[in-house]
Amino acid sequence: MDRMPAWADAVLVPLFSLLLAALLSALVILAIGENPVEAFNLMVEGALMRSAGWGYTLYYATNFIFTGLAVSVAFHAKLFNIGGEGQATVGGLGVALICLYIPWPHWSLALVGAALGAAAFGALWALIPAYLQAKRGSHIVITTIMFNFIAAALLNYVLVNLLKPAGQMDPASPVFPPATHLPTFQDMFATEAVPLFRGAPGNVTFFVAILACLLVWLLIWRTRLGYEIRALGHSESAARYAGISPVKIVVVAMLISGGLAGLMAVNTAMGEAERLVMNATEGAGFIGIAVALMGRNHPIGVFLAAILFGFLYQGGAELALWTNIPRELIVVIQALVILFTGALDNMVRMPLERIFLAFRKERA
Amino acid sequence: MDFATLLQVLDSTVRLATPLLLACLAGLFSERSGVIDIGLEGKMLIAAFFSAAIAALTGSVWMGLLAGIVSSMLLSGLHGLASITFRGNQLISGVALNFLAAGLTVLIAQDWFSQGGRTPSLMSGGRWEAITLPFAESLRAVPVLGPIYAELISGHSILVYVAFLCVPATYWVLFRTRFGLRLRAVGEAPEAVDTAGVSVIGLRYAAIVICGLLCGLAGSYLATGLQAGFVKDMTAGRGYIALAALIFAKWRPWYALMACLLFGLLQAVALRYQNIDLGGITIPVQVMDALPYILTVVILAGFVGRAIPPRAGGQPYVKER
Repeated sequence: MDRMPAWADAVLVPLFSLLLAALLSALVILAIGENPVEAFNLMVEGALMRSAGWGYTLYYATNFIFTGLAVSVAFHAKLFNIGGEGQATVGGLGVALICLYIPWPHWSLALVGAALGAAAFGALWALIPAYLQAKRGSHIVITTIMFNFIAAALLNYVLVNLLKPAGQMDPASPVFPPATHLPTFQDMFATEAVPLFRGAPGNVTFFVAILACLLVWLLIWRTRLGYEIRALGHSESAARYAGISPVKIVVVAMLISGGLAGLMAVNTAMGEAERLVMNATEGAGFIGIAVALMGRNHPIGVFLAAILFGFLYQGGAELALWTNIPRELIVVIQALVILFTGALDNMVRMPLERIFLAFRKERA
Repeated sequence: MDFATLLQVLDSTVRLATPLLLACLAGLFSERSGVIDIGLEGKMLIAAFFSAAIAALTGSVWMGLLAGIVSSMLLSGLHGLASITFRGNQLISGVALNFLAAGLTVLIAQDWFSQGGRTPSLMSGGRWEAITLPFAESLRAVPVLGPIYAELISGHSILVYVAFLCVPATYWVLFRTRFGLRLRAVGEAPEAVDTAGVSVIGLRYAAIVICGLLCGLAGSYLATGLQAGFVKDMTAGRGYIALAALIFAKWRPWYALMACLLFGLLQAVALRYQNIDLGGITIPVQVMDALPYILTVVILAGFVGRAIPPRAGGQPYVKER
């Protein structure tokens, strides 16, 4: 009985970590001669006070939900998938091929097709690291890092040498056909009288992301496979005694993880750019790590953390537009969140545990 | 390819291998002590920024080097705090440090210089000068060996020579001193070291300090030797290539030299030639870019010579009670 209650672990620890990260970020803003309160107000104003701001916030959040879920599914099997970036990159390739080469009659069918393609390509990119981890014991962190770079080189090659239309300068695929245009929030919710979400890239993929949250929850806590994944994550030897094949679970968990990361490309390539460009992931694969850590690997937590990071991203863009604070401030905040919720977890947890212990003793 | 071109490619191989080598040896010390470090990239980056920034402000490349080393060591200390003292996840800590460096460098650069996240170009005095070794010019006339001495061996900045001297030095420290024996032991069986009455925490912090020092040298060379100033994200994955080289080298100093020279050669070739034509088959430049990573995966897969990491790598040490 020397632990603190579950709710404190799930809510208080991330909250305190976030507060610490926010405090340090405020100090950083102070140090570069800007006003943190003003900066925060500007971020809220730009990201949450207008419907277009929400359109951007939710667009970014969609990416982070997918990559966050990807990292958390792998975490449940005690695998650290740093390869979300590469898997999303290759997922983009799947989206592009499916959108360009299959004549889709309607966007809804195209969405299903592209989602399947993105997931399949992303999963495929996770397959080799997964297999090597399961069969040969090659450290998955290192192999997935390597696969991020290989994916970047692969995409570079495919875009420059194969997909780029003749005569075009920038390395990008042709524009997808109009039939694959996904409805944006503007298409869905704006009317003549009430123009909402004007020009924002948020689109129907956001609802796919919510669906993915639900499915991941069902998978992890309501299916046999999910149980096996969690069992393996807790103790490999116990899982082995229970007749669970670690090789199979490692590979399957990584395939699901890679597929989820790949799905992100539906949002960026199909929903926003409507073509495949270089570096479309913009580091979202790595933000998935922060999102999963903050969300405590639970879909609800991932969803909330993704919205938070969506807000930070959009707010950060606003800051860069109106002040001298560059967008990289978000990278610093992201780093601090990862540091406090992931690596310095014990620094936050130990004092909290002590406080709860003191309370218990008093009552006893 | 004629002899002069070959010399030029090899010359740039040496230059490009230098930061890889320093970072690789940095990782070697850290990982041999059982602390996995994927934050090499971040440490190099922050050292690159501070050495360029301070060199630009003071006009002294030595002050820059000092600042680079100090900043890199501070990040190392943070990694130690997270992964040794608070027994956090070393991988996550490394990832966090990489982002911290990527963000902070641009943030501070913008605040100090307002040039879009870069430092001003460094004048002479703020950069490492090339050192001409004795007799380089007079021996140039000697066929074959003369140009090799004058072009390839002579004419680099001091940090290049330091980097190459670090290889035997690392070997000597790790395999010929008591400190090295203990350091290696702490990465394999920390409980044994603890039983012998030697501080596991102390040894690991010592390794991390050395790691910070070497990453500082690597970053300083990048910004004030290889190039004249800091630009955003200028490490461009070199920290990860160094990590790959470390695995490729199976955590051994001399192998590390070979691996870094190989990866440096790949970079030099990719830099010089866009696509390589090998009798009808064209190798696209992207293959050269990806080759270090592909080779590392192959080595990791254990099909060609198995790479076995230090046994206690990645695990925080908890003293038995």
